Amino acid sequence: MTDGDRRRGLDGPAPDERPTPTGRRNEQGIRIDPAVEATHEPRRTVISTLVEHEPGVLSDVSGLFSRRQFNIESLTVGPTTDEDRARITLVVEEPDPGIDQIKKQLRKLVPVISVRELESDAMRRELALVKIDADEPAQVSAVADMYDGKTVDSCPETATIEITGSRQKIDAAIETFEQFGIREIDRTGTTALARGIQSTAAPASTTESTATEASQPQNQYAPADDD
Amino acid sequence: MSERATSVTPPEEQHDDQNQDQNPDAQQPQRDTEPDEFSAPAGETRAEPVTTGAESVVRALENAGVEYAFGVQGGAIMPIYDALYDSEIRHVTMAHEQGAAHAADAYGIVSGEPGVCLATSGPGATNLVTGIADADMDSDPMLALTGQVPTELVGNDAFQETDTTGVTTPVTKDNTFAADPDGVGTDVSEAFALAREGRPGPTLVDLPKDVTNAETDAEPDAPETPDTYEFTEEADPEIVAAAAEQIETANRPVMLLGGGVIKGEASETCREFAIEHEIPVVTTMPAIGAFPEDHELAMEMAGMHGTGYANMAITHCDTMIAVGTRFDDRLTGGIETFAPDAEIIHVDIDPAEISKNIHADYPLVGDADTVVSQLAHAVERSPQATKWRAQCQQWKSDYSMAYDAPEDEPVRPEFVVEALDEATSDRAVVTTGVGQHQMWACQYWTFTEPRTWVSSHGLGAMGYGLPAAIGARLAADDDQEVVCIDGDGSFLMTLQGLSVAVRENLDITVAVLNNEYIGMVRQWQDAFFEGRHSASEYGWTPEFDTIAEAFGATGFRIDDYDEVADTIAAALSEDGPSVIDVHIDPQANVYPMVPSGGDNGQFALAEDQL
Ligand SMILES: Cc1ncc(C[n+]2csc(CCOP(=O)(O)OP(=O)(O)O)c2C)c(N)n1
Ligand SMILES: [Mg+2]
Repeated sequence: MTDGDRRRGLDGPAPDERPTPTGRRNEQGIRIDPAVEATHEPRRTVISTLVEHEPGVLSDVSGLFSRRQFNIESLTVGPTTDEDRARITLVVEEPDPGIDQIKKQLRKLVPVISVRELESDAMRRELALVKIDADEPAQVSAVADMYDGKTVDSCPETATIEITGSRQKIDAAIETFEQFGIREIDRTGTTALARGIQSTAAPASTTESTATEASQPQNQYAPADDD
Repeated sequence: MSERATSVTPPEEQHDDQNQDQNPDAQQPQRDTEPDEFSAPAGETRAEPVTTGAESVVRALENAGVEYAFGVQGGAIMPIYDALYDSEIRHVTMAHEQGAAHAADAYGIVSGEPGVCLATSGPGATNLVTGIADADMDSDPMLALTGQVPTELVGNDAFQETDTTGVTTPVTKDNTFAADPDGVGTDVSEAFALAREGRPGPTLVDLPKDVTNAETDAEPDAPETPDTYEFTEEADPEIVAAAAEQIETANRPVMLLGGGVIKGEASETCREFAIEHEIPVVTTMPAIGAFPEDHELAMEMAGMHGTGYANMAITHCDTMIAVGTRFDDRLTGGIETFAPDAEIIHVDIDPAEISKNIHADYPLVGDADTVVSQLAHAVERSPQATKWRAQCQQWKSDYSMAYDAPEDEPVRPEFVVEALDEATSDRAVVTTGVGQHQMWACQYWTFTEPRTWVSSHGLGAMGYGLPAAIGARLAADDDQEVVCIDGDGSFLMTLQGLSVAVRENLDITVAVLNNEYIGMVRQWQDAFFEGRHSASEYGWTPEFDTIAEAFGATGFRIDDYDEVADTIAAALSEDGPSVIDVHIDPQANVYPMVPSGGDNGQFALAEDQL
């Protein structure tokens, strides 16, 4: 090699002289079979985790979502029947491989005791407080009734309605309330439990029974009822 | 099975006697023993009951068998240092906390046991972060202990207060703020166990000064992982059977060994498996040394600067047995073109690595050594791969790593690496900085033993080399040479560590491959930025041999080929630290090269192919 060639590099067949394989992988690293090319569309699902009730666990969980760029729609956290444990309920939207990753990454956090993706028939509830102009009180309360809403505060100018239910129901209620003029809204994320006898998150070593678990949503909503 | 692997027990099977495996001399606190009932075994001098949180912390380290700790003193960590004063644990005072973390990291790589580093609150803790992040990326076992301002000041922006657990959460396997003097020792025991068990990684315990200063007689529990931490030892036998069948019927099999092979002490089992079934072996960078690179089946390192033959092998294989690798992008290049015809058998102890980047057709979750042994039992006949092996050998000659080294030109870095390799034993430990020199070290040193390659892989932290050499020196056997192959830029980042090497009289040889460039960046600028050398040229570097002398180390300099062998021999024969300032060809580039996100099979052998 000459002086000017010192940077040149190594000998061997150039890239275009080499054989190349015909296969390909998709973005998720899955080999693509052109005949049955599987595309993974994002889907929305609820993941329920039982965690040690200790400082930092919530930031561990939320930090994981931001660091790994998982799409999270809502996160709620609350106590369980066991004072050392808390439940974090997450609504996420990802393609299947992403949902798998979320579950595995959550499971790796040391204070996380169990992780479970709930079936699509799981009970899910959100709560919303909607503060509306009370110019037409009768109509407001008619709409509130339509959505099983409850008036938790009222004054000559405003009425605040509490609505619980599925996300769709709350969306619909809010849309209907818009005709009166909405001043403020506060919404919780989704809380969810598995149906029937199955336990939402059953770690090997916990004694939490399904029966006591089932009574939990009432406990959680109790303060709201007192408003 | 290895020493490490045998002492790994699933959490539910762990008993206090696990501690006995690690340090038979240590006294055995029982989980259910009330602290005041604790009595030291007869004849034990250091089993005096603890009296403070800090003593409990040090006792936890002693119980775990810790021999060395690397750190820097400071206000908030003083109680721990005071307790260390009476301990057998040897503390190495570093010049910078980043160095303490890298030294602990390298200690962990070479010994297999977590390296321990200490720092004070605030700047001490933040200086550790680079080293912690490095250990996290490379899954190196490491325990960091940081001082913290007293609990009552936490949250008040007190002097040298940093939210250390907040800062380190994304770069640790787990971290804890120790809130309770009675529990602080056990927090440390648990963190130590977490650092080494399962997939290793760095853990951190933040120690507020009031907690470590507080009186307590609570002895720490034995180093055990918490109940919520679980990992699988053995893979699902059904998937093992299916994977075995895939291997038996493969025509173009490749083993891809990752760093988990070394961490899981699976090198021997993988070697036996590959040799018995005559399967070509490719490694990732952290797995260098897992398979002897002078073996016929060795295709060496794959990926961005891997050998052409390794990249051809992984691109064209039909079956890939990947063990302990996370399919990092520097290995895979573009996902679309990574091993596009291969059925992937993926062995990993971390289920989250399965199908994270590359879909696993045969997911085998478990300990590397255990699962490869399972595979070895299950595979009954070797794949029919004579043609494939011949093809691999052909690639080895087609894409030979041979380089030109004309006598009358500046010294080639490859030549220096080979000369260092030649002059040292097979078990010599190599550490590096980050850049071209690191790649030449991978490519031109022939590694044959696990735990002899110590580098910053996933994080790519310049400055790693010298402090890592300090940690490696203390972990290695006396007859293992420790050589740091550094770059001029990397060396400048942490060369204050020379003061430590001199003070501790550590036998380390640093070879600075001095191109007076931020060389790797210069190479990319030439290839991708029309040769505009923005902030990559020094034009001047200090005389590293003179600097070494000023520190009290021995300095050497190489400018020509005929000085290489003799100077290396002289430097190696020095008893303490020595530094060779090797002036290499500043124009030398690293090839082969797969540009970021490129196709591994289309690696460039020269700039005009990029
Ligand atoms: C801490 C840090 N800062 C910046 C970089 C970016 N970087 C990668 S390689 C490199 C050049 C390293 O120069 P040198 O140590 O002299 O090695 P050479 O490539 O010249 O062998 C730089 C700046 C890095 N990897 N680490
Ligand atoms: Mg350089």
